Parts: sequence; C-alpha cells; structure tokens
Amino acid sequence: MEHGSFQDQSQATFSLTDEDHTLANSLRYTLNQDPRVTFCGYSIPHPSDARVNIRVQTTVDPAREVLKDSCQDLMLICQHVRGTFDQAFTEFKSKKGLESMSIEP
Amino acid sequence: MISEEEQKTSKIPVWDLPDVPKGKLPPHLELQRTRVLCTFDAPTHTENIRYSGAYASMGVDNSLRLEDFRNNFKVEVIKLTEDDMEFDMIGIDAAIANAFRRILIAELPTMAIEKVFIANNTSVVQDEVLAHRLGLIPLKVDPRLFNYMSENDEPNERNTIVFKLHVRCERGSPRIKVKSNELKWLPNGSEFIRSTEKSTADSTSKTKTYTSFSCGQDSLPEFSDNPIAPKHDDIIIAKLGPGQEIELEAHAVKGMGKTHAKWSPVATAWYRMLPEVVLLQEIEDERAEELVKKCPVNVFDIEDIGKGRKRATVARPRSCTLCRECIRGDDWDKLVALRRVKDHFIFTIESTGALPPEVLFTEAVKILEDKCERVITELS
Repeated sequence: MEHGSFQDQSQATFSLTDEDHTLANSLRYTLNQDPRVTFCGYSIPHPSDARVNIRVQTTVDPAREVLKDSCQDLMLICQHVRGTFDQAFTEFKSKKGLESMSIEP
Repeated sequence: MISEEEQKTSKIPVWDLPDVPKGKLPPHLELQRTRVLCTFDAPTHTENIRYSGAYASMGVDNSLRLEDFRNNFKVEVIKLTEDDMEFDMIGIDAAIANAFRRILIAELPTMAIEKVFIANNTSVVQDEVLAHRLGLIPLKVDPRLFNYMSENDEPNERNTIVFKLHVRCERGSPRIKVKSNELKWLPNGSEFIRSTEKSTADSTSKTKTYTSFSCGQDSLPEFSDNPIAPKHDDIIIAKLGPGQEIELEAHAVKGMGKTHAKWSPVATAWYRMLPEVVLLQEIEDERAEELVKKCPVNVFDIEDIGKGRKRATVARPRSCTLCRECIRGDDWDKLVALRRVKDHFIFTIESTGALPPEVLFTEAVKILEDKCERVITELS
C-alpha cells in the first residue's frame, strides 16, 4: 500500500503488511545505496501489528519505481549469495571427500 | 590494509598533507568505514556508512554496484557436520546477513507436535506440561513435503503427522523413563474414534477418527523407505512410577518459528564479525612474553628473529574474543589494536535435524527473494 501525493510522485511511504525488520532493514540498505534516493527510513508503528512503513524520498524519479528497483537489487544479491554458497559448499564437500579417502601409494 | 606509518598521528599543517588520490578514501576514513575499532573503553565506528553520497566530496562513489558486489563476495565453508555448519561470508552488509539470520530462526517452517489428545495420563507430569514437552521434540521430516493447516482444514495426510505414545509401568516393577523413541508414527492417521451423538446408529459408515487420511503416509514415495520419527530417540518425556500409564496421540503440523520456538529449524544461528588484531609496533623480548601471557585465548605467538631476540606475532586472530585484556594498562593500546572487519561474517548454523544446515541457508535466502518478489508484484 502506498501513501503519497498525486502531484509529487517522488516521495511516498509504503506500508507493507506481514513484514518486519528482516525485509525493511535490507531494503533500507539497498535504497540508501541508490544514488537517486535523498532519504529513506523505516518504522514499525506498533510492535503488535505485523506492519512496517518504509519512507522513500527521491530526487525526481517516482518513489515506487525506485523501491521496485531496490527490491530487484536485493533479489539479485540474494541470487548471487545462493549461487556462491552452493559453489563453496560443493567445493568443500569434494575436498573433504578427497581427504577422507586414503590414497595408498 | 593500513600500514603502521599511517597509524601514527603526528601534527602536520593541513596544507602540507599529501593530495589524496581521487576515487580512493584516505586511509583513516577507509579504516573507519571497514573496521570497528575496539578501544579499551568502548567500540567505535560501529555503524555502517550506507548512504550512496557519503563520500561524494572525495570523489568516491558509495552506491551499490552489483558488479562490484559480485566480484568481492565470497563464501568459505569452515566446518561442516551433519547438523552444524560454520562458514565465512565476506563482502556483504550486516543488514542482509542479519536478514538471513532472522529468517533462519523465525521464518523457516518445520513440523512440530501441536495437538495432543490424551486418553490417559496417570503420571505425575500434568497434561499441559506433557503436551509442551512433546511439542519441543525435533522431528526428522522434511517440512517441504507438507502443507500448512489453516483454521478450517481437516487434518489429512498432507498436513498432519500422527504419533502414538502408549507406555505403562507395571506394578511391582521399578520406575521407567519414557523416551522419545516411544513415539510411534501412525502413517494411517489417528486411531482414536471421534465420539458423535449418533455414533451407535449407523454402523455402516466408516468410523470417524480425529484425522481424515485418504491414503497411508507410508504408501507415499517420499516416506516409504524413510519412516518419520523424532530426530533423537533418547529425549526423556516423562518418568513413570509403578502403576502409572500414559496413552496419547500427538498430531504434528507445519509451522514457523515466529509463532512458537518449537517450529524453529535451528537450535540457533548466529554470526560474528572477524576479529582483527594488529601490532602497531614491534613488540620484542620481555614485552612479547608479557603479551603472550596476557591473552587468555592464546592469540599471540613468539617468533625468533635471530641473535637471541624474540618478537610477538599474531598467530590466531580468529580465536580472539575481544576481551581487551591485551590493551589493558600502561599504554598497551598504543602497541596493539583490536578491530573487527565489518563485512566479514563468521556465520554458524546449528540445525535441529529436520533439514541439513546448508539446505536451511539456501531456503532462507530463497525466502528473502520471495519477500522482494511480493513487494515488486504488489507495486506493479
């Protein structure tokens, strides 16, 4: 859900239900690293509500597009983490497999 | 790396300072950006500088470039056993590392006993305490093969696992321990007959139990050669005295750690930043021996540099607990610097046994991806 004005698309607050620090803090990180963003932050208005508000203010671009791009960035990061992790894991496994084998001359 | 000469801060007029090459941060800022400095009173520079324009005045772009991330990100497995895993994750921000940790603890589903139907319990353990103890028993079953059971769902073979526990301590025999291996899997569902008002009238219809399985779980290919059981079979559930008996049925369902910790797939998952110990000056002879003796976890070693002289070296920085004993008293903090590397995480996952730790981590990353995707679809 987006709360913004119709005149100025460059600043908006997005209210995400069923999310918490896990996503909001990661998104704040990727948003902050986007040069188009002038301000971003998040808050959890009440600890009993499963809801987090993310505030995005940009230079000119629509805040919604910038947030979408940040999500995309975060997804790409995750995909890379997964790929690298799998690779490191299989490498470790194969190395350990070699070590456990006793090679008699 | 920051060399030792740059560490020393002597007073130079500002116009005598050398020009900082564009596109690179001066060493002291680079140190503050990449390290947490652990001084003897408090850690400093703990925050991460994330704003893309933070170093704009120095011609340094701090924005996220995926290409750079891809080149710098590294994973190194340190230790791997059946249930435990330790690995280094290098080149990632704490925000994302913490997201993985939080998802591992609270948002990965597992199966755990949720409903307990107690037919008889004459033990000293009260029903509710017994039910709670049963709930906390880790089950060795892949939760990805099951669905969540919502409020109005009938328990069926795709969302419920049924266990039976029937133990009796005979009169005249010594007390017995009821252990988790007494939990017997019932692949055909509940055996307790549900009493309804007209249960006696129509004997033609199938007797109704507390579950409605359409087929036995042991006939499903994923469980046929891999029966469902508790992960450990020596967990004490209760103790029975002579003449006491427990008869119950336990129904396990899929759930998440944020509802109740019994559904958490990890005993715990945590990370720490890599400790970095730097000797700012050469520490020799008696002082070296003093330094080695100061450290309770044996971070330092002594090496011979010839002519009977000895020098301290940092041999095992990973085992440093940052107790700061080595920088206590008489200017030791000018000789030794304790730091933490901000983007190097030593990540440890202890699985409870439902899934191996490496699968847990990949699943956690997938969940974060799904969250992003949800936001993207909602916005477009």
